[in-house]
Amino acid sequence: MTSSIIRNPLSRRGFLGAAAAAGAGIGLGPAHAEKPAPDPLITEVQDWNRYLGDGVDKRPYGTPSPFEKHVVRRHVAWLTASPESSVNFTPLHELDGIITPSGLCFERHHGGIAEIDPANHRLMIHGLVEKPLVFTMEDLKRMPRENRIYFLECAANSGMEWRGAQLNGCQFTHGMVHNVMYTGVTLKTLLNEVGLKPNAKWLMLEGADSAGMNRSLPVEKALDDVLIAFGMNGEALRPEQGYPLRAVIPGWEGNLWVKWLRRIEVGDQPWQAREETSKYTDLLADGRSRRFTFYMDAKSVVTNPSPQAPLKHKGRNVLTGIAWSGRGHIERVDVSLDGGRNWRTARIDGPVLEKSLTRFYVDFDWQGEALLIQSRAMDSTGYVQPSKDDLRKVRGVNSIYHNNGIQTWHVRPDGETENVEIG
Amino acid sequence: MSRLARTALLAGAAALIVLGVGPLFAKAQKPAKPEAQKTEAAPSAATRVAKLNLGRVALPEEIAAWDTDVRPDGHGLPPGKGTVKEGDEIFQAQCAACHGEFGEGAGRWPVLAGGQGSLTADRPEKTIGSFWPDLSTVFDYIRRAMPYGNAHSLSADEAYALTAYLLYLNDLVKDEDFELSEKNFTSIKLPNAKNFYDDDRETTEKAFWGQTPCMTNCKSEVKITGRAAVLDVTPDDDKTAPKVD
Repeated sequence: MTSSIIRNPLSRRGFLGAAAAAGAGIGLGPAHAEKPAPDPLITEVQDWNRYLGDGVDKRPYGTPSPFEKHVVRRHVAWLTASPESSVNFTPLHELDGIITPSGLCFERHHGGIAEIDPANHRLMIHGLVEKPLVFTMEDLKRMPRENRIYFLECAANSGMEWRGAQLNGCQFTHGMVHNVMYTGVTLKTLLNEVGLKPNAKWLMLEGADSAGMNRSLPVEKALDDVLIAFGMNGEALRPEQGYPLRAVIPGWEGNLWVKWLRRIEVGDQPWQAREETSKYTDLLADGRSRRFTFYMDAKSVVTNPSPQAPLKHKGRNVLTGIAWSGRGHIERVDVSLDGGRNWRTARIDGPVLEKSLTRFYVDFDWQGEALLIQSRAMDSTGYVQPSKDDLRKVRGVNSIYHNNGIQTWHVRPDGETENVEIG
Repeated sequence: MSRLARTALLAGAAALIVLGVGPLFAKAQKPAKPEAQKTEAAPSAATRVAKLNLGRVALPEEIAAWDTDVRPDGHGLPPGKGTVKEGDEIFQAQCAACHGEFGEGAGRWPVLAGGQGSLTADRPEKTIGSFWPDLSTVFDYIRRAMPYGNAHSLSADEAYALTAYLLYLNDLVKDEDFELSEKNFTSIKLPNAKNFYDDDRETTEKAFWGQTPCMTNCKSEVKITGRAAVLDVTPDDDKTAPKVD
């Protein structure tokens, strides 16, 4: 079969058939030079075109089509000791635009999901305040609200890649990020209710979960842009994301965004909680460690093509990806198809917001040549996303957290795509 | 003109404006001006905002029930005491299943002891003795979240005893009769405390700012130096052969 195609190189169908056969052994049937057979999907009446479908209320809370059932969060079993203190990953390669659907936002729990009836939830604010207060969810929903779109990135996103290419899929290498529109009350509003004492310098945020997840937060940030949110993407927070109440700490590492938030203590110094000392500190090559590395530096990744989303067609293709910065907005994204030898500026489409994912595209033609795809983000502070090697020069390979180095995907002539390191 | 008609006209004008602007945006090479998402500046004492008078005063008993956090300066330490020996017994019964008899860790559960001098090694072992800066974190975390799956079940005395045993496992106290209490707690310093410093990226990584990145002929040669496929640790139902048409 293949040889007959090769003998007829001028036939367009022959070329397409040969490419398909070479790619995966799936041919288009015997190669004819005659006129093409009509598509039965068009010429025959399909079931969905004849019979009645489900009525209203059959799906009172809609879910994605069964044909999208592969679009799910996934975890890497060997990473952690138990699923209750673990992480899974957003399927970035299946998403587009800038908003992450609520059910696909990656999960990170330290003691499982706390299931809390909002009627039984309380938020206490005490410590160095004029009047310690307890708020119910009803109280919070009577306060002035704001809506803001922010990315949340786990400080350990890409943390498995410090020593070299390890996981084959942007879901696994970069999927500890999501982007959501939050609805909530500013923390400034709440702190105004309790009244900060003059020596108030740090806050401690604590969750109601079985890990009592807690972090220290400087009061300047608390008064700047922190939200105490009860809504995400237009509806209540999902249990996995802290229902009924979570902290939103724009641009700063995800671990600070305490879920199931039940308590804020005001103090004059940080608490040195477990999650800001033994974890979420960055061990450098000299054996010393940075702490309170709050900001998430500018970063980007090409989500398509990527190992879970190989190239399937020669000719016209869409390359897309996301970029974000915890220090401002994305100014520009460059893309290379040849491992960083040459770059072109990507087309940004959709809203460009501070501390939010930003979507970029490169529409390109592919003739089956090997590609080494990279993306490089630049933010409004002039920060340029560094290469992994440049990061390693400053930090070594043991810091786990804050790996924002440039990712490389190797696209092979058959379209298969792999996570690689280049030199 | 009736109010209704005027509203309709205004709406029509707005629609026209939107339609007119649409294609321009679509063609623009540069992203639209980023929208500031920041809230207004923080209030100073002079511009204090009126209170909403929502919420109610937290009672002292309520604060006491939740305020169990402990800081390195000893703030929050409850009265109590416990010895290494007592801690050993509690540890074997309640902790060793995950952390190992001597804090060496079972499977992938956290290692709590050992690892001294390993922080510059190829595979650092970050334990209480080798890495953690503050003893208060141990006590706070035990009372907050341990034992895993049965939090808030240990008394203050038991938490002191466990903390004492963890000091012993890390060779930071040698005597099995050593007793830890709120009185001697802050006198104990962990060896790695001095090796933590605040985020300095804006100075030590200043080179990542303000560069004009190279666009053409930036490298002479590019070689693949490592592949994820070689390690083969990716969960595997994604490994489907692609097809190209």
